[in-house]
Amino acid sequence: MEVFTRPMPVICGFALILFSCNAAPATGQGQPSAKTPESTQQDEVARWPKPVTTIQGIPVYEEFSQVEPFFHFDNDTTYVINFWATWCKPCVEELPYFEELTAAYEGQKVRVILISLDFPRQFESKLAPFVREREMQSEVIALADGRYNDWIDKVSTEWTGAIPATYVYKGEESRFIGNSVKSMAELEAVANPLITGNKR
Amino acid sequence: MKHLNLILTLALALASFACNGGANTEKQAKAATESEAPAKTVALKPDGVGVGDKAPEFKLKNVDGKEYSFQDIRDASGDAPRGYILIFTCNTCPYAQASEQRIINLHNKYAAMGYPVVAIQPNDPAVQPGDSFDAMQKRARQMEYPFLYLFDEGQEVYPKYGATRTPEVYLVDKSLTVRYHGAIDDNVRDEDGVKEKFLENAIQAIDKGEDPKPATTKAVGCSIKTA
Repeated sequence: MEVFTRPMPVICGFALILFSCNAAPATGQGQPSAKTPESTQQDEVARWPKPVTTIQGIPVYEEFSQVEPFFHFDNDTTYVINFWATWCKPCVEELPYFEELTAAYEGQKVRVILISLDFPRQFESKLAPFVREREMQSEVIALADGRYNDWIDKVSTEWTGAIPATYVYKGEESRFIGNSVKSMAELEAVANPLITGNKR
Repeated sequence: MKHLNLILTLALALASFACNGGANTEKQAKAATESEAPAKTVALKPDGVGVGDKAPEFKLKNVDGKEYSFQDIRDASGDAPRGYILIFTCNTCPYAQASEQRIINLHNKYAAMGYPVVAIQPNDPAVQPGDSFDAMQKRARQMEYPFLYLFDEGQEVYPKYGATRTPEVYLVDKSLTVRYHGAIDDNVRDEDGVKEKFLENAIQAIDKGEDPKPATTKAVGCSIKTA
C-alpha cells in the first residue's frame, strides 16, 4: 500500500512535459473551488468535509476524522496534501513550490491541500494573516486535533511526525515525502507519475 | 503496487499550456517571521534504533562545559541510573518550548527514582542560530534546568538514533536497551489537554520489569535542522 519514494531519484522526463503558469486567483475557501474539471468536482463536492467553523475564511476542523475524507477521494484527481505550520521554518520555505504547483496545474486534475497544524489559539492571529498576506491560492485548511499519536499513522506509517510532510495520492496510488522539498521540480517529479499515470 | 491507469495518453495530450505571467511568486517568497537562515530538513533515517535495540553511545558536551556519556550520568542520589530519559529537544521549536516545563517536571520526579532526563540538542546552529551552545547555556541558566542539556555538536548522535524531530524521546534502561520511543504524552501542544502520559507510564512499566504499552508513539514535531 505505502509507496515511499524519495524525491531525489524520481526525476523523470514527464516532469518537463506539463507546464503552464496561469495565475487566476481562486475564490472562496472551505469549498472546492471551481478550478478542477467537472467529474472530479462532483465527487469532491459530494464528499468535501464540512468544517466545524471558519476563521477569516479558513476552514477549521477539530478532529482528524473530519479531514480523513481528504485522503480518500476516489476519483482521477491527484491530491497533494502538505502538513505545515506558520512557525515551521522549513515548511514556510517550501510553500511557494506548492503554490507554483497549484498555478501550473490550474484547470487540471491536481489539487493541493495545505493542512495547517498551527496552535489553535494562533489560527486567527497568525495563520489567517499569513494566508491573506501571501494571497495563497492553494486550499488552506486548519486542523486543531493535537492528539497526534492517534492519527499520524492514518496519513502514512512512513511519517515520523516531523513537519513538513507531504502525502500525494490518486485513487489507490500514493507517495509520501518525509522531508522538505527544495524546488517545484522536485515536488512535481513525485506528483507527476500519478498525474500522468506514468509510473516512471 | 497498484495499476489503475493506462488511459493516460489523454493526460499527456493536455500538455501544452499558455503562460500568462506568474505574478505572485514574489509575495509568496516573503520570509517567515522566524526565519533567519535557510533550513534543510532530515529525511527518514532507516538506520535508526527502535524499541529493543541497543542505545548508541555518545560523549557530548553539557551546558556546564563537561562531557558526558552514559557512564558519567548519575541519578538524583548520585548513583548509577536505573534508566535514562533521553530527549532530543531544542530552544527554538515551539513544541519543544511547549514541552519544556514537562521535561523539567519529569526530571524532578524521576531522577529521584533513578531515571534522570538527558536532553540532547540536535539542531545545527549554523542553520538555527537560536540553538547555539551559547543560547543553550543561556536557556538552561534562565530556566534552571535540573537535567543535563547536551549539545550534539557536529550532529553525529541523533542520526545514530534515527531521531527526526524535536521533541522526541528514547527511554533507555540500565542495560542500555531502548524500551520506549516517541512522545512524552498524547498532547505535545497543550499540557492541559493531556489524557495519556505515555512516557511516565513507560518508566513505571520498566521499573516494574514490564514492557511499556504502547512502546512506540508518534507526535508532530519540528524536523531536526541540518545544513
